[in-house]
Order: sequence, then C-alpha cells, then structure tokens
Amino acid sequence: MMRGNLTWRKSVNAVMLSVTAIFTVLAVSTLFLILGYLVYYGGRSLDWNFFTKLPLPPGEIGGGMANAIVGSLEIVGVAALIGLPFGFLAGIYLSEFEDKMFCPLVRYVADLLNGIPSIVVGLLAWTLVVVPTRSFSGLAGSIALAAMLIPIVTRQTEQFLREVPLSLREAALALGASKWKTIATVVVPAGSKGILTGMILGIARIAGESAPLLFTAFNNQFWGGGITQPTASLPVMIYSHAIAPYDDWHRQAWAAGLVLIGMVLIANIAARLVLARGISVPRA
Amino acid sequence: MKMMKMSLPLAGLMMVAAPFAAAQQINAAGATFPAVIYQKWFDEYHKMHADVQINYQSIGSGGGIAQLTAGTVEFGASDMPMTDEQISKLSVKPLHFPSVLGGVVPTYNIAGITQELKFTSETLSGIFLGTIAKWDDPRLAKDNPGVKFPKADIQVVHRSDGSGTTFVWTDYLSKVNPDWKSKVGANTSVNWPVGLGGKGNEGVAGTVKQTPNSIGYVELIYAVQNKMAYGSVKNASGNFVKADFNSVTEAAAAAAKNIPDDFRVSITNAAGKNAYPISTFTWLLIPSHIPDAAKATTIKAFLQWMLADGQKYAAGLSYASLPKEVIAKEAKQIAKIQ
Amino acid sequence: MATPAVADTTATRRQTTQTGDIAARLITLAFAASIILITLLLVWQLWSQSAPTRHKFGLAFLFSSTWNPVTEEFGALPFVYGTVVTSVLALLISVPLGLGSAIFLAELAPAGISNTLTFLIELLAAIPSVIYGLLALFTLVPLMRDYGEPFLKSTLGFLPLFKGPVYGFGLLTGGMVLSIMTIPFIISVSREALLAVPREQREAALALGATRWESTWQIVVPYAKLGILGSIFLGLARALGETMAVTMVIGNDPKIVASLFAPGYSIAAVIANEFSEATGRVYQSALIELGLVLFLLTIIINGFARLMILATTKKGSKR
Repeated sequence: MMRGNLTWRKSVNAVMLSVTAIFTVLAVSTLFLILGYLVYYGGRSLDWNFFTKLPLPPGEIGGGMANAIVGSLEIVGVAALIGLPFGFLAGIYLSEFEDKMFCPLVRYVADLLNGIPSIVVGLLAWTLVVVPTRSFSGLAGSIALAAMLIPIVTRQTEQFLREVPLSLREAALALGASKWKTIATVVVPAGSKGILTGMILGIARIAGESAPLLFTAFNNQFWGGGITQPTASLPVMIYSHAIAPYDDWHRQAWAAGLVLIGMVLIANIAARLVLARGISVPRA
Repeated sequence: MKMMKMSLPLAGLMMVAAPFAAAQQINAAGATFPAVIYQKWFDEYHKMHADVQINYQSIGSGGGIAQLTAGTVEFGASDMPMTDEQISKLSVKPLHFPSVLGGVVPTYNIAGITQELKFTSETLSGIFLGTIAKWDDPRLAKDNPGVKFPKADIQVVHRSDGSGTTFVWTDYLSKVNPDWKSKVGANTSVNWPVGLGGKGNEGVAGTVKQTPNSIGYVELIYAVQNKMAYGSVKNASGNFVKADFNSVTEAAAAAAKNIPDDFRVSITNAAGKNAYPISTFTWLLIPSHIPDAAKATTIKAFLQWMLADGQKYAAGLSYASLPKEVIAKEAKQIAKIQ
Repeated sequence: MATPAVADTTATRRQTTQTGDIAARLITLAFAASIILITLLLVWQLWSQSAPTRHKFGLAFLFSSTWNPVTEEFGALPFVYGTVVTSVLALLISVPLGLGSAIFLAELAPAGISNTLTFLIELLAAIPSVIYGLLALFTLVPLMRDYGEPFLKSTLGFLPLFKGPVYGFGLLTGGMVLSIMTIPFIISVSREALLAVPREQREAALALGATRWESTWQIVVPYAKLGILGSIFLGLARALGETMAVTMVIGNDPKIVASLFAPGYSIAAVIANEFSEATGRVYQSALIELGLVLFLLTIIINGFARLMILATTKKGSKR
C-alpha cells in the first residue's frame, strides 16, 4: 500500500514538473514569437526609405518615418535631460540622508507617481502644458515622459546606493572626508553600475510609451519646428499606421515596431550585462 | 558628469532642429474624411513653398473643432458645419471654407462577393440598427437578385470618435428614415445600437478590410485606395447610384446656386436623377482673425491655391471639385480673414 | 597646541565641509521634495479638472451606463466594466501560467536555466504596449476570429459568455493581450517570493519524505502566498492602466454585454480615443474623471500589492 501511494506521489511529482516546465516554455516562447514576428515582418519592410524619407500622403507608397525616428530621439532625450538628474539626486537623498518621517513619505509618493497610468499622465500634461502654451509640443511630451522616468530612476538610485557597504562610507569619513565628498567620490561611483542600469532601463521604458504622447507631442507630417512644435514619434506612428487600412502603412508599422523593439531590447540587455547579475523587474 | 553627457547630444539635436525652426510651421487638425486630399495638398504646397509646413493631423471632425476651440491649432477641419453653440464657444469667430466635395459609401468585405451591392435607405438603416442581422436576409436579397449571400452575421463597423462622416451618414439616414431619426438621430457621435468602433475613416476602413462579412461607412477614397468593395445607394429619384465625381457633383448642384453666406449646408438626399444621396461638402474652419500676420498671409495664400490649382487634385483622389459658384463666393470670404 | 593660524584653517575647513554637507543635503532634499510636489500637482489637477462632472453627476457617474457626448450625459459604468472584465480575464489566464512558471523557475529548475529563462521572461515586460497592440491586431485578432472564438462558441456556446457574433475584436481578445502583458510581472515577483522562503522549510519537508512537488506546493507556496498575492495585485494594477494594446483590439464600443465576444471599452482606451476631440468643459471633465477613477483603482490595488510584498519580506527576515 505504501508503495502504491509512493508511485502515485512520484507520478504527480513528475507530471507537475512537466506541467510547470511547459508553462514556463509557453511563457518564454511568447517572447520568441513576438520577436519572430517583428523580425520577419519588420525585417522585410525595413528599407532605406524608412530611415530617410518623410511620410507621404495616404495611399502613396514609399514614405518613411525619418521624422518620427528623430522626433523620438528628441523627445526621449529631453525627457532624460529632465528626469535623470531629478531622479538621481532624489535617490541620493533617500539613501544617504535618512529622515524618519520624510523618506518613507517620499518613497510612497514616488510609488504613487509610478503607478499613475501613462494615459493619465498624458492627460495631465495636456492640461498643464499644452493648454497654457496653446500648442502641442514635443516638450509637453518630454515632460510627461519625465514624470514617468523620475520615480523609476529615484527608486533604482536609492536601491543601488543602499547596497554600497557601510564600511566604505565609514572608511571615507574616518579619513576626514565630508559627507557630500563621501557621497560624490566614494558611494556614487561604487553604486554607479546599478544606477546606470536603472537609468538605461528607465529610458528604454519611456522610449516605448505611446499613450502620453497622444495629446502632448501629437504628431507631425514634416520635420517640424523643433521640440516646441508637434513632433512625430515612433510609438505614435506605429499606432496610427497599424489601425489604418493601407498595406504600405502596415508595412511601415512593422518596420517601426522592429526598430523600436530593437532599441528597447538592446538597452535592456546592455543594462543587465552592465550589472552582470540578475536583478528583478523594477517594481512596477 | 552625467548631465554633461546628456547635454552634448541635446545640443547636437538642437542644431539639427534649428534650420527647420526657420520654416513656418502651421498646425491644423480635424476631419479624416478629406484627410487624403488635405495631406496631398499640404505636401504639394510644401514642395512649392519649401519654407511652409502645414502639419495636418486627421483626428476626426470632433477633434478639429475641439482643438480649434482650445487654441492649439491654427485652423480646423470638419465635415459637419459647426453649430451656433460650438461657434459661440470660440473667442474668434470661425469662417467655414468648403474645400472639396465627397461621398460617404457603404463599404463591405463579404466572403465570395465581388460584385457591387445595391443598398436602400431601408437596408442601410436596418443593418446599422441591428434589425437586419444576417447577410442572407431577404430584404438584402430583394435589392440584389442573383447575389449569393453567405449565411453569416453582419459585422457592423462604425466610428468610435466624433466624426463628421458619421454626421453625414446619420443625417442621410435621419432624412429618409423616421425610425432612424427617432432611435439614433444625426450627429458626430451617436449611440450605435450595434457594431465595432474604429478610429477615424482610416480605422473603419482598416477594420472592414480585416474583418470578413463586415460593413462600414467611409469616404469614397478610402474604399478606392484600398481596393475595397462599396455599394450603390438608392437616391431620392429612385435610382441606384454609385458615388463618383459626377454623382457627387450633381448632388451639390442645386445647393451650390443658393449656398448661404456662411457656407453651412447639408446636401444629403439631394434631388437629381443621378445624384449620390450621401454626399457632402467638407469645410476648413479658419479663424476670422489670425494674430500672426505671416501665418495669416500664408493661410490666405493657401486658400487661394486650394480654390484654384488645389481643385485639380480632387478627381484623381475620388473627391469632387467645388462648384464654380461656391468657389467664387469663397474667394470673397478670404478677404474676411484679418 | 595649535597656533592661531592652524586653528583658523581647521575651523574654516570644518565650515566649508559643513556648508558643503548642508548644501548637498538641501539640494537633494529639494529634488526629493519636488517628487511630492509633482505628484500633488498631478492629483490636484485630476481632482479639480473633473469638478464639472463630479458636481453634475456625483456618485451616479460611477453607475450610469450612458455615454452621450452630444446630450452631455456621461457614465463610467461601461468603461469600468470593460476594464474590470479584461483585467480579470487576463489574470485568469496569467495567474496559473505565471505561478506555474514561477514555481518551475524557483523550485524545480536548475539555477543556470532558471536565471536565463527569468531574464528572457523579464524582457517581455520591457516590450512597449503599442507593439503588443500591433502584434495582437495582426495576429491574435484573426486567430480569435477564425479559430479561437468559433471553437469556444461551438463548445461552450450555451453560456451567455460565449454567445453572439464573433468579431475577433472584443473583450476576450483584450483580456488575452493583457494576460501576456501581465505574465512577466507575476512570474518575476512570485519567483522572488518563492526564493525568499527559507531553505529550512524545504529541507524539513524533504527530510520527512515529501516529493519535490509536495514540498513546493504544500510548504513553500503557502509560505510565500503573501508575496504571490502581491504579484497578482501588481499584475492587476498594470493591466488596469494598459492603453494602447487594449484600444487596438477591444472594439471600442461603450456597451455592457454579457458575451465576451462583444466589443467593449476600457477607461484607458476611451480616454485615448476621445480626449483630443472632447469639446466643452463637461465632456473633457468626464474623461478626466474617468482618469481619476482609474488612478484611484490603481492606487488601491498597488497599495495592497505593496502591503503583501512588504509582509513577505518581514516574514522572511523574522527567521
């Protein structure tokens, strides 16, 4: 009887091992499916026109998304310019200057900010930037993206600074360095790998965002007048081209999708290699 | 240190953007109905005047009116003329400039059917009300003898956004079907009894193209450019008319002679033997006062071009050019822009 | 004994040090505090800009299913319904799959494979929403329309959930896209929760003769259940706010229908589709109020998630 029971338990064990393994394979294979589709359809559609030409009027073939590529770089660049220093310095505060009441509050609020759905952030950027300036602008889009970037960078900076051993700080202080010198010359460099990772991952995250740009950066058929004017961006172009009926636009959407995912994945892989150890997905 | 690393690329980008900053950027948004010809016009205009970039975004007539009201665009575009109430919300009175004529067609994607279907106001209202739910309904067969309809559910596709095209479609159905008028009515946004929502003419066309056994309503060019089948509609004179340059022009003929000064008029269900019953003008909404003098000059110049050379593009893109009387009257309205 | 000159330099050095420290503290404090200011500003905007509809409809806004921009009657119910249904559907699919995978990765797989596979799965979380939408639009929708939904209709069509015309677009497809998007979060956080369970627990179970599966399912998983629950809430919070992928496949129809095949609408999708055309203060504020509702929903869910995850880490450190 014991043996029968044992056989049953052993087979359950084997079955569940297989089932969970299959689940895992399913989960991982979705990644490869997604990449596969993008590489196949996007790869076929990538051509020189895509990178160099402007969009053509609907129905005409041979247009490209040159302005969207540059526009995305501009918008994300400015967002990074605003958001990275912000998050970096705020993260330093949370990690190095512990304040019993204030710091938990900031952490909680940063999580709140992180949790605001991206479409709502875009909405608010519209009311706060677009309406007063009476203009859609890439800058409004950058501000929306920066608002999403800040909590990510803050958390990551804090996390990696905390991991720097106390002994390093104490050694510096014992040698007579002031607190700010310790932070600037010892702690931050020690945690720099992780902080850099956080920054790269944050930028990769906002680079793919489309919703916050819908009513802020809007879109542009031409090169536009710079970041204070409506600016084309890859994610928004993908959306508008995917839902349209034109096969040529679908083609371009796939190509843009491939370019976007390429950038995002390269950033992610690079960031994790920099870190050279597995870290968890940033708490959403 | 990191800030410096960021500012160098930014300086580079600013340098890239600077030459373009010298170009004149005019932003506009609105109807998807005429978007195909508008994009063509603005593209051609840019080729002729390299320093002028008129950036038009097709977000729907509702969007055009909303953004014009918010002041985020220089001018708007709509297939439904602005109501008095909408006009009252603007600080600067908008002028309606008809730009082109077009027709809204019932486009469908039915397995195995390549021939042109005939629709009447009854069948169209029935389909969009949901009372005609299957393609093999006898009411459809009556108007289309010899056509083998599949036994499939009709997948209705309508607009999800505030749409002038919706207004034209529902305006026509309201005029010819009192049942439709009471149940749904005519407006840019209505309570659709059935169907999927697509964003813009583009979204509706895209959805119909992808979804077997579906039917939607789009401007003629969207069906033509995407090689989608579209049907003829029975007009007030009892003829089944397919939308094209001539049938749309004929629909506008009567109205053209007596067009009101503010150009707000509906030409659905027009009289005329071969008039296409679901035709419409579409308007550019230009503020009567434009603070930036340079932009005002450019916009006026564009409008003059639109009324002359611009009209030549209409036929090739399945729109119809404006009647002469309307053009003449509009030319006078250009002077009203300060 | 220090001469006055030396004493002076020591004092000034200490002063510069102190000023430097104070400055550093103040600067970084300013940025940290600004986060609070920014968030307060955003929340205040959400609240104040939604005032017209809040005053006009009050709480009835949440329970009304009319959405009529022309007569300016607005109700949130169809959107809340669509948001909740697609998110719940997403969880129904992603929780078993995700938890199963997490168990495999944490307990049953060798470390090297586990780390590589986890890394790959976390890449899924980095894929932008609009790309999920692109893929779903061109691959999932036709699949569901031609195979998936007819199959469900033929087998389970007696249920009101699976009645009605099959579009491909709709609540079911929306739920499926969301499930793929939430899986990486569930896997990642659950795996960590499982890994955090002390070795002694497993070893004790194995020492008593349990199979690996029994030790995992009966000892480790219950021990980590708070963290796992936290991961589910985290996934839910993500699913609620998803915009682009959902709006491309959900069908964009503000109706409440029992069938999962029917087109629906989510809060995020309606904001994305209609905000740029919202004329009039009431229409705009209705959409902003929807944004407020969504924001509150995500805060509450996120709050629960963090509580759970916090409780797990505390529990782990107790040992």
